[in-house]
Amino acid sequence: MTTPLPDLDCDALTKRFGASTAVDHVSFSVRAGSFFSILGPSGCGKTTIMRMIAGFLEPSSGDIRIKGRSVLDVPPNKRPVNMVFQHLALFPMMNIADNIGYGLRRKGMTKPAIARKVDEALERIGLPGIGARRVDELSGGQKQRVAIARCMVLEPDVLLLDEPLGALDLKLREHMKVELKALQTAFDTTFVYITHDQSEALVMSDTIAVMNAGRFEQMGTARDLYYRPQTAFVAGFVGDANRWQGRVARAEGEALEIKTDTGLMLRAASPGRKLTVGDRAEVFVRPEAIRLAEDAAELAHFDTRISGHVATILFNGAASRVIVTDPSGADIGVTLPQSGEFAHLTRGAPIHVGWSGDQGNAFVMTRP
Amino acid sequence: MRAGQKLGLILLLTPLLLWLSLLIIIPHIDLFLLSLRERVGVRQYETGLANYRTILTEPLYMVTFARTAMMSVLATILTLLIAFPVSYYIAKLVRGRARSVLFLMCLVPFWVSELVRTFGWMILLRESGVISGLLQWTGLAAGPVEMLYNDAAMMVGLVYTSMLFMVVPLVTTLDSLDDAVIEAGYDLGGSGPSILREIVIPHAMPGIVSGSIVVFMLSLGNYLTPTMLGGKDSLWFTQMIYSQFIVRFNWELGAAFGFMLLILSSLIVWAVLRLTGQTLEKTMG
Ligand SMILES: Nc1ncnc2c1ncn2[C@@H]1O[C@H](COP(=O)(O)OP(=O)(O)O)[C@@H](O)[C@H]1O
Ligand SMILES: [Mg+2]
Repeated sequence: MTTPLPDLDCDALTKRFGASTAVDHVSFSVRAGSFFSILGPSGCGKTTIMRMIAGFLEPSSGDIRIKGRSVLDVPPNKRPVNMVFQHLALFPMMNIADNIGYGLRRKGMTKPAIARKVDEALERIGLPGIGARRVDELSGGQKQRVAIARCMVLEPDVLLLDEPLGALDLKLREHMKVELKALQTAFDTTFVYITHDQSEALVMSDTIAVMNAGRFEQMGTARDLYYRPQTAFVAGFVGDANRWQGRVARAEGEALEIKTDTGLMLRAASPGRKLTVGDRAEVFVRPEAIRLAEDAAELAHFDTRISGHVATILFNGAASRVIVTDPSGADIGVTLPQSGEFAHLTRGAPIHVGWSGDQGNAFVMTRP
Repeated sequence: MRAGQKLGLILLLTPLLLWLSLLIIIPHIDLFLLSLRERVGVRQYETGLANYRTILTEPLYMVTFARTAMMSVLATILTLLIAFPVSYYIAKLVRGRARSVLFLMCLVPFWVSELVRTFGWMILLRESGVISGLLQWTGLAAGPVEMLYNDAAMMVGLVYTSMLFMVVPLVTTLDSLDDAVIEAGYDLGGSGPSILREIVIPHAMPGIVSGSIVVFMLSLGNYLTPTMLGGKDSLWFTQMIYSQFIVRFNWELGAAFGFMLLILSSLIVWAVLRLTGQTLEKTMG
């Protein structure tokens, strides 16, 4: 069996606006039927990539292939991709059924066939019988689903979604994350999803590309990005992390000892990267990788230990944090264990924290 | 507090009510009463519909009446056809400074009085005018060409005078159409004409209707342009009202004319609103 062609293939895609480069030699391919996310801070060029794929912007250079065929000279209304816009862009002058049927009408389908497909789509998104309603009579989540259905009835090869949950409130957003993933499975279509919200990307995606300033920093599964970030940007952007800056004091292969600017000695690892003594380095440690102890002896088996006192306790159910202030005055965020052994912890209490060196992720600092 | 608010409301409304009643309602009531007077002898009057009967039975009056209505509708349609692309261009295709400049350019003609504006057209179109001279100079015409004093010249003047009143509501409504909605139309397979028909025009409908109503009313009630640019037989209904009041001193018939015009314009506006499914609140609000 040969591997099927990827649904979407971007090759050294570049877009320049005047002197500034919004998208800089971005290459990726998206497997058929998968959920691909582009995650990056706002202004990094995500929408620009989307608009090039949809056909609203012409790339300065590079190629876009859908199912192996270049679509650069195909106008947007003929491309086998559809887009769910950031603010949905439903047609306010039409009712829901006409919104969903719009693309089918443009394809010249017969009225009864359109009506049947629209009903089917409404059934699929769990909103049967709302066809006659007006757009402004729907809730945010319902509009969301209608916007997706409007594209899905056209059976596109790739569905592009530009921060579609951005306008929803937090509760609904949590709900829609699960829903979107379910819709993607139900429609069995390739989704390319862009967002600046890492939790959206982590929860839904098969593959995530982290983007910064027009370039892809790293591409991989959510686990890869979280546990094995390859750049300092990814380590800092995906998930929470404590961050220290300093200079490499000792290096034994991938195991490092780093003296921070605040005077702490930290152990860290740099898997797959070469750091040498004297390099400026940045160390990231996840809050859940750090152990808390009231007795320093409990942490004896860790090679990095710091004593400090409790600055604040941020209670947030399972995601509760303790902020520990180290002797230099810097704050360290530590996940509060759920066992209840620290339930009596109070502000100002002395506390010890420790972690093993391979939990610290060190990167060469590009800017000093 | 409650009483204070009420007083404030009354004080605020007073100028408006005064204005409405003094300038619009009272003259119209007076006009209406006047139009119902029949002159039976010197300084002898009776109440009756004789003036209206005169209008309905005199062909010249009815023909002028119908002609004015038709020409105003035509002027409105022409203005809409010219103003729509202009407005679309201003609202959707240009950005920033260029946009304000274009908008201002639509406004500039209104800095001079209507009389001067119309006179400008006369300078351009008359026999010894600029265009005629240009045609002769390039050899396209053998002798002087008279382009004034016909329906076409009058139509040019009417459209020109009304442009702004169509462009402003159109730009406003088109501006409120999210670009992403148009893009979504393309994305879902729409072509230019289908997007115009199914998305842009339905969205702009309130602007189209309100602009058309204003332009229609302005054309219907225009006196200067038909008088100065129109020919001998392009008689306008306002000219007849003028001649009854000022030339013939037949105020009763003039008032009846005025009332007919009011009824005509109200009827047409009502019909257009019904036909397009718009309401007055939606288009004017
Ligand atoms: N039409 C445009 N003209 C000039 N610059 C643009 C244009 N569109 C986007 N940009 C610039 O490109 C960069 C990326 O924008 P965008 O793709 O919208 O970012 P994101 O969607 O990731 O927030 C931004 O710096 C933005 O200012
Ligand atoms: Mg964006």
